[in-house]
Amino acid sequence: MFSRKPARFAAARLAGALMPGRGAAVGPLSLEPDEAPALPTPEWVRLKPRLAGICGSDLALVDGTASAYFDPLVSYPFVPGHEVVADVVAHDGYAHGRHRRVVVIPVLHCAVRGIAPVCAACAAGHTNRCERVAFGHLEPGLQTGFCESTGGGWSTEMVAHPSQLVDVPDDLSDEAAVMIEPTACAVHAAKRYDGSHTAIIGAGTLGLLTLAAIRATSDATGPIIVTARYPEQKRLAKELGADVVCASDELPRWVRSTTHSLVVGDQLTCGCPRVFDCVGSSDSIQQALQVVAPGGEVEMVGMPGNVSLELTSLWHRETAIRGVYAYTRADFDTAIDVVRSAGLERLVSATYPLRDYTDAIAHAANAGRRGAVKIAFDMRSH
Amino acid sequence: MPRPGFVLEVDRSTPPSLFWRGENFSLEKLPAGRSRVIYPPEPLPAIKDIDGAIRNALLNPIDQDPLPSLLFPGMKLTICFDDVSLPLPKMRRPDTRQRVIEAVLDMAADAGVEDVHLIAALGLHRRMHEYELRHALGDRIYDAFHPRGMLTQHDAEDPDNLAVIGETPHGEVLEINKRAADSDLVVYVNINSVPMDGGWKSITTGLASYRCLSAHHNGHTLQNTRSLSGHREHSALHQSIWRLGKVLRDHGPKLFQIETTLNTDMFPEQFSFIATREWEWSARERATYLATTKALKRTPIKLARKIFHGMEGPHQMTSIQAGETSAVHEITLEHVYRQQLVPVEGQTDILTMGIPFVCPYNPDGVMNPILVMCMGLGYLFNMYRNKPLVREGGVIIMTHPTYRDFNPVHHPSYIDFFEQVLPDTTDPVVMGQKWEKQFAEDEWFRHLYRTGNAYHGVHPFYAWYWGAHGQQWAGKVIIVGGDPATVRRLGFTPATTMDDAFEIASDVVGRAPTITHLHVPALLVADVS
Repeated sequence: MFSRKPARFAAARLAGALMPGRGAAVGPLSLEPDEAPALPTPEWVRLKPRLAGICGSDLALVDGTASAYFDPLVSYPFVPGHEVVADVVAHDGYAHGRHRRVVVIPVLHCAVRGIAPVCAACAAGHTNRCERVAFGHLEPGLQTGFCESTGGGWSTEMVAHPSQLVDVPDDLSDEAAVMIEPTACAVHAAKRYDGSHTAIIGAGTLGLLTLAAIRATSDATGPIIVTARYPEQKRLAKELGADVVCASDELPRWVRSTTHSLVVGDQLTCGCPRVFDCVGSSDSIQQALQVVAPGGEVEMVGMPGNVSLELTSLWHRETAIRGVYAYTRADFDTAIDVVRSAGLERLVSATYPLRDYTDAIAHAANAGRRGAVKIAFDMRSH
Repeated sequence: MPRPGFVLEVDRSTPPSLFWRGENFSLEKLPAGRSRVIYPPEPLPAIKDIDGAIRNALLNPIDQDPLPSLLFPGMKLTICFDDVSLPLPKMRRPDTRQRVIEAVLDMAADAGVEDVHLIAALGLHRRMHEYELRHALGDRIYDAFHPRGMLTQHDAEDPDNLAVIGETPHGEVLEINKRAADSDLVVYVNINSVPMDGGWKSITTGLASYRCLSAHHNGHTLQNTRSLSGHREHSALHQSIWRLGKVLRDHGPKLFQIETTLNTDMFPEQFSFIATREWEWSARERATYLATTKALKRTPIKLARKIFHGMEGPHQMTSIQAGETSAVHEITLEHVYRQQLVPVEGQTDILTMGIPFVCPYNPDGVMNPILVMCMGLGYLFNMYRNKPLVREGGVIIMTHPTYRDFNPVHHPSYIDFFEQVLPDTTDPVVMGQKWEKQFAEDEWFRHLYRTGNAYHGVHPFYAWYWGAHGQQWAGKVIIVGGDPATVRRLGFTPATTMDDAFEIASDVVGRAPTITHLHVPALLVADVS
């Protein structure tokens, strides 16, 4: 359970700054006896999570580094966890006794919130851009896992609207299924891939999945350069189809040589038309701007938060920084295929029971260093 | 009378041997009873009347008419000279090139020659900085020629200033600097520090284009270059160069080759312990060694480099000969061998060598990891005649910090080479086929070579190729004291201490191998029987 406790926020921020993931032990996150949330309307269903992943945005919350931007878009207290594979709890009007294993599309858009008519973004099919995530019959919350009304995957019971459910094919393991939600993010990002020279900054979960999604959904074979920090990340990036895997400080030289660029100061004269920033730090975005081609676009796949940037080159070279947030249902359908074809269950490095949440979060926060990618909670023994 | 070089058999009373470690030194105890140290001959005496010797060489050339008789009014005269890669360390002023060129210019002026052009024959090396040109040529020449555009540096990438002279029967195209090609007379002023330099190599590499150089500067040729310091017939590189030389002689401009040799008095007085045999170190030299090594340990690396690269060697000319290129070079080689040759009986299981702060490709720069390889396996390994000092399949142990550090102004393509090529392959032939063209034709590297002070984009390949034979020959290469990750990327094995290195080497050469330490510098050529 994540509660609004300012003093604990401050403690988490301090602890997280000292060692990533330490905010779990001293911050607003706590292990509480399960209180199943009420069904917001009769059509909602109860879920029993099987596995729930720990995402970078979760870690930002736990360590108190999440942007204040989210404050009005979440409702406290909430149960985190939006990368969920769960069993649907049978009930009279719905499951008809058939066992359903599902993953959750966490975005709490108009249809989920019972808002009619739906907003313009939802009407256009862009439910991830919903304009009503703080309205309707649910408490504010941009996603399941950030909303008091729905509960979240880091629990033994939560609720979901039927439109949020995607059935998991029988041939997919729980480990594969828990990768569907982050893969859907990557599939959404991969739509921006245009087959040209591409750089992916960061080879954590998002970087690797974006790479996998690009390779799985595009026939184009344009060179993709991936920056990776740790040996296991490098190995996986190579396996998933990167043409070049290099250290972060080597990226400008790789991009320069592969795009036949010159250099003016620290700035490449040419560069990659598309750069996927899967880190979201000041340094990574600045480097993305350094290597993006004039007129090109930096796709912010990683959540940036508060950053400090020198943007003169963006103005001068007419480059753009564009957010990539979440997904639509269609992305989930594609993500299932990507997870299956790329064997992405191998990215689940470790699972923990809920009671060991501080260890799990510490592991997730130091995943790269510890040779891991995705850490998840395992509720299957409950 | 200087003492000749000799081979010291190490016994229990032998003091530890001096090793270079980049910008520092260490003393290493070698196992008694199976180790030996090869010491170079002491520096030969310099010519007493250098200017007189220069004049004499120009007036009494070998197989060539005296220089004044080749000079006439209205002619086009081009004087080419070796670049900053020679000598090492740089010599005290006046540099040999200045003295020789001043003499040539005096004769040209006497003959009424007005169209005189000076060209730094740098091949694919970096352009010299102004202070380096002034050091090599003297202020008088620099100020007289440079402002008028009559002192230039060869540009192997300027298509408007290259000319094809001809082609060898092997299909090697000789393409050289157009100004030189169009001249009535080309005078080449050389400094010969090692036997592999000079002769036809001067013009056919120093004034050549990339196309021309790539005919022999490649992995295949260098793997088959079994003698860079000895017999030319065992060097595929020199065979190719001599074929190009024949094309130059038959179809190119008239040539007047001037070659000079230096003695090995390379280091200033305060570093006298480098050249002194360890058991002869005076109390002052012992103290200097201790103070120097301790101080250098605490000195920031940039400052240490500045100190070492700022050194000026007292070496002086021991011979000068001029005239027909081949004939001149044979005499030059005799002088080089007289200074550097040391008879050595038999090969060794382990060859040890200290890698210094400088090689021909980093004057006033950083000895980056690729140059460590080049210096160890390209230069020092090849300083033999007849057969390598180390047996085939033996172990080479170098000492050098091998930091992952590059001079981005001088060696931009070396950084990419280290990051992009070496993780893919360390095989000279494979990298040549797969990667060389991309680097050679890279527009940015070309720009930096032509307008800045960068080595040509392809140069790190050449540096790597230089070590191709050594790399193939050695069963294992170990670097003591090097950054482990960097050493591994070179394809070598890191070791912390010399004892660790011997332990690692035992996998290849057993537990009681013979060990030979190449006590360099000064320079030496081991004549291995």
